Order: sequence, then structure tokens, then C-alpha cells
Amino acid sequence: MRKVMPGNETIAHAAIAAGCRFFAGYPITPSSELAAAMSYLLPKVGGKFIQMEDEIASMAAAIGASITGEKSMTATSGPGFSLKQEHIGLACMMEVPVVIVNVMRGGPSTGLPTHPAQGDIMQARWGTHGDHPIIAVAPSLPREIYLETIRAFNLAEQYRNPVILLLDEILGHTYEVVDIPEPGEYDIINRKLPPKGLNRLDFYTYQRDEGDPPLLPNFFMGYNFHFESLAHDEMGFPTTDPEKVDRITRLREAKIEKNKEKIWKNHLLMVEDADTVIIAIGSVARSAIAAVEMARKEGIKLGLFRPITVWPFPDEPLREAITEKQRVIVAEMNLGQLKGEVEKALRREVEGLNKVNGVPISPKEILEKVKEGK
Amino acid sequence: MSYLEYVRSFKLPHSWCPGCGIGTIMQAIVRAFDALGWKHEDIAFVTGIGCSGRMSTYINANTIHTTHGRPLAFATGIKLAKPDKHVVVVSGDGDALAIGGNHFIHAARRNIDIKLIIINNSVYGMTGGQVSPTTPQKFKTQTTPYGNIEPNFDVIKLAIGAGATFVARESVTRPRNLEKLIEKSFHHKGFSVVEAISNCHINLGRRNKLKDQITMLRWINDRIIPMNVAKKKSPEEIKDKIILGLFHEDKERKEYTELYEEEIINRARGKE
Ligand SMILES: Cc1ncc(C[n+]2csc(CCOP(=O)(O)OP(=O)(O)O)c2C)c(N)n1
Ligand code: SF4
Ligand SMILES: [Mg+2]
Repeated sequence: MRKVMPGNETIAHAAIAAGCRFFAGYPITPSSELAAAMSYLLPKVGGKFIQMEDEIASMAAAIGASITGEKSMTATSGPGFSLKQEHIGLACMMEVPVVIVNVMRGGPSTGLPTHPAQGDIMQARWGTHGDHPIIAVAPSLPREIYLETIRAFNLAEQYRNPVILLLDEILGHTYEVVDIPEPGEYDIINRKLPPKGLNRLDFYTYQRDEGDPPLLPNFFMGYNFHFESLAHDEMGFPTTDPEKVDRITRLREAKIEKNKEKIWKNHLLMVEDADTVIIAIGSVARSAIAAVEMARKEGIKLGLFRPITVWPFPDEPLREAITEKQRVIVAEMNLGQLKGEVEKALRREVEGLNKVNGVPISPKEILEKVKEGK
Repeated sequence: MSYLEYVRSFKLPHSWCPGCGIGTIMQAIVRAFDALGWKHEDIAFVTGIGCSGRMSTYINANTIHTTHGRPLAFATGIKLAKPDKHVVVVSGDGDALAIGGNHFIHAARRNIDIKLIIINNSVYGMTGGQVSPTTPQKFKTQTTPYGNIEPNFDVIKLAIGAGATFVARESVTRPRNLEKLIEKSFHHKGFSVVEAISNCHINLGRRNKLKDQITMLRWINDRIIPMNVAKKKSPEEIKDKIILGLFHEDKERKEYTELYEEEIINRARGKE
């Protein structure tokens, strides 16, 4: 089926297809249309929508619904994303699946509400305090927005972790033709649950092999389980035992770290023979795709490496794809957040094409930067 | 069944100071569960952060120890997702009225069927005794070394004004009354608030010549007055008293999740 809609609405339709049945939000440009679509669509499938009193509360309500077994989501932008951070950390700590959409706008503070930016790449990784695992995905194309939304839910359920879906104002607002995939064209993953009817103390819920998510029951399954925001032991109860705290903190990291090859997803466009490789995500990557086409017509060997999974950062895939000899330009609507990660991955300095004025990066600008030479 | 069924006895002893009122309130809560015969697997028990918040460790039900000030927001998600379950929240005075004040008034406004018990010990107990929105004026705390100049929230008026449909107050010095009142609030369909006056002799009392449990409980006892007694007194006589009892009960107003089902789900599905 094909439908004309903006990215924000595409996410709403995809979320429902993924099995999302709970949404809590607070209006903020440029993400509000997503909440509006959920308020209309969710009750039709028996799901629940609530506009909470602020973003802190909406993040909390989404987590509350998730621990009862509902796939849940919240959506926001800049200032609201900042407010959600404490509870994103809580979801990491308790290992609760939840999807957070952040339609990026110019910042810091109230910034540029109606203009695009990509300034939250680091906040998506390190916004909440303490060492914690995180997954963030950043689609660029209409059908991909649909499929990545479904994948975000799948990853959240599979790894019992918050997953951040990063868009920017352009992708959120632009009406485009979406070639909506049929239900058979994608997988739906649901969280694994312990079998019913075990004695509460028969299994240690947070205990698992390194790399596995924990096997936690939902509320009301009969296990009287305890979800804890404090550092906790393998049963979920508060502890300050250094050995236990160390172990569970590392286990949480490991469930993403050990599975990063399965979580990574990259789009490579004519990288192999390229003299210069652009690295970009989101709407900037759309301009980069156009720039590659224009360059190739002129005989310039330009390629694109587009991370779709931003966190965990695709360091090994970058090292495999990009050779020492290739010139690398990271194009992004911030002052070099991706560039820093690329440099860390490639262990050398690369060039940046950066814009922070609320104006998108055009294909022409990318091409000009390429032609400019080093 | 015994009320001990609702206690995770394997987590005892608890972490509260000897003589702390929170234990009395916990006993009133589990006795109310027992009196109602609620199945513990159908109860969601949600707490914030503070000494009061530690109660979720010891209650044998589906429990969650959330963040400071926000248990009602988590509880709202739980209740809306699973309207047929019992959702109980325990929150401190700082938790419910300072950092969580916004969630408090909005949960009340929605009249969502959550049973809130505010443990009002008039101080931030957990963090060593800082001033809270209910610390008496002139009282010394860690952050009001010259005495508190801020007036208190009147929890009862605040809850009624915001739209709670069951609003009551009791004191740890009257444990049986407290238990009955909590039980009554659990019967109520809608957002209920029970303010439980408690003692923190350790972090509030010791700075204000009330340093042991007995002295502090006496001080509370001297200030409280049951509603039926208060009614016979002049306004002058009860000026500084804490009135105990059921202040407000509205059985008419529709509860939020019921309205959600009737109005929103049915309309969205075209079955008006
Ligand atoms: C966001 C945040 N701010 C501050 C704290 C520190 N903190 C923990 S408990 C508490 C106050 C507790 O007071 P109250 O809610 O009255 O509970 P009590 O300990 O008195 O039962 C504070 C400020 C925190 N945990 N989180
Ligand atoms: S510090 Fe105060 S509130 Fe906390 S356990 Fe001790 S007496 Fe109770
Ligand atoms: Mg207190």
C-alpha cells in the first residue's frame, strides 16, 4: 500500500503495526503530529493514549505500561528529550523495553523549534547519567522510517532496553510517498517471558549469561516481581555489594556490546571505488545520496557510508569499509558529534561539513565541499 | 489469609530507624489489603524515592521503586494499561508535594483510580533532614538553620482543589483508625489521597527538641484532633490543630479509565 504522509505519521502507523498499544506524550514541535496520530489510531485497536503533564511524566507512564506487558512509546524533541533523560536511565537500569522518538530541532534550550538539527546524537548516547547501554537508530527514507520503527520495537523487546528513534525536523514534517510494507515483509519480536506457574524464588531473574537480556516477568503474571531503580542484585532487590553491582552493570552493557553485530545496520553507496566517502545520517544522508549521484555523473568518485544504527556506533564496519587512502567527510547538522566518533573508529582525523543555523545541508554544498579538495 | 501474606518476610529486617512511623503505616496498608482480600498478584505497588519509598521492597505484590517525585506518573501508565488491577502509590511529603507536586495535582484532576498514601513526616528524611513543603514554620532543618519561614501546603485543600474524589488524613498515633481509613480509601473508585502524619524523630525531631520517638509522637498527639471533636470547637481553639478524618468523598464523578473505555475506545471503534 502507498500513502502520502510525513515521517511523524509514518512512525505512528509503523508503531501500531509493531504491536505498540500505549503512547504517552507531551506536545512539542516538531514531533507533535506523531502524538496526534497516536491519539487517533491507538483507541481503534484498543490501545491507550495519554497526554501527560510533562515529558518526565510521559516517559514514566510509558515505562509503567511496558512493565505490564504493553509495547509502549513516547515522542518528543530537544527540550523534551532533555526532560526524559532521568527516566531513560531508569528504563536502562530496570531493563524495560520502551521506544523514544526524538525529532531533532535546533538547540540548545528552546533553540529553533521549527528548524532541523542533529545536535542530539551525543545526548542520545550519554544523556542520562551513569554507565548504561543504549540503542539509537536514525532512518533517512520514508519506507525505512516505517521499517526502522518496527525494528526499534523489536530491539527494545529483544534486548529489554530503551531504543531511541532519531529523526530530524525535515524527516518528521515532509510529506512523502510511503511504500508501506505488508505485515509479512518484516519480523515482529516480542519480549521473552518466564513460563507461568514457577515458584517466585525458583529463578533469579536478572541472572543470565553474558550477552543475554534478563528473563523478567511482566506485572500481574503472578510473580510479584520487584522493579528497582537503585542498584540491585540478581533478584531485583537493592544492594550495595560491590561485586554484585559491578557484575550487573557489566551485564547490562554486555547485552548490547556482545550483540552489536546483529544490531548494526549500515547503508553503503559506492564506497568501494570512491576517492572520497561522505558519512551522514538522517536527512543529511538524503542530500548525500543526491550528491553521490551528481558527483558520479561528473566523473567524481564519491561514495556514502550511512549508519542506520547510530548507537552502538558502527566502528568496526567503518574500519572494514573505509581504507586509509580514502578521504572522509562527515556531513552533519551539528558541530562534529558524529565526526568525533568516526575519528575514534578510523583512528585518524577526518573532515567535517557542519551546519548549525537551522538550514539543511544541500547536495550542492556537499559536492562543493568534495570539489574544494583538502 | 493473614496480612503477613502481603509482606516479603525474606527481606526483613527493614531499613527504617527504630521507632519510625513508616512501619506503622506499612502495617496499616497490608492489614487493609488483607481486610479487602485483594490478591497480591493483582496489586501494583508503586513508590517514589525517600525513606517512604523503601516500602516497595517489603510489600509482597507487583512492586516498583521509581524515581524521586514521579511514582504517580508511573502508576498512571500501569493503571491505564491494566484498568482492572489495583494500583497503590506510597510517596513522601517531599516526593508527592515538592518534586512530584505537578504529578499529584494532575492525577487528582484526572480522577484516575490510584490509591495514594502520602507519608507526611514534614521533612526530607532520607537525605538527612532538609526542609519540605510541610515542615512547620520556625522549625530547624539541615537547610533552614535559622528556622523555616515558608508556609505549608494544606494537603487536604490542595487535593480537593485539584479534583481528588477521596481525601482524608490520619496519624500514626492512631494505627487502627489509620488502617480503617486506608481500607475505606481502597474501596473508593477514583483518585484517593490519604495523608498519613508520621514521625521522623531522627532527622527532624533531633533538631527541634523532639529527638526520640516518644517525645515526637506526643508532640504529634498534642496537635491532632479528630474531625468530630473539632466540629464542636471554635475556630480559635482549633487554629493550630491537625484535623483527622475523611474530608471529601465524591462517588458520582466518573473514574478516568472507565471514561476512557466508554468515551474514547467505544467512539474510536464506532460503537457509541
Ligand atoms: C531527582 C532527585 N533529586 C533528589 C534526590 C535526592 N532525594 C532522595 S530522597 C529525597 C527526599 C525525600 O523526602 P520525602 O519525599 O519527604 O521522603 P522521606 O524520606 O521523608 O520519607 C531527596 C531530595 C533524588 N533521589 N532524585
Ligand atoms: S530518617 Fe526519619 S523517616 Fe527515615 S527511617 Fe529514620 S526516622 Fe524514619
Ligand atoms: Mg518526608
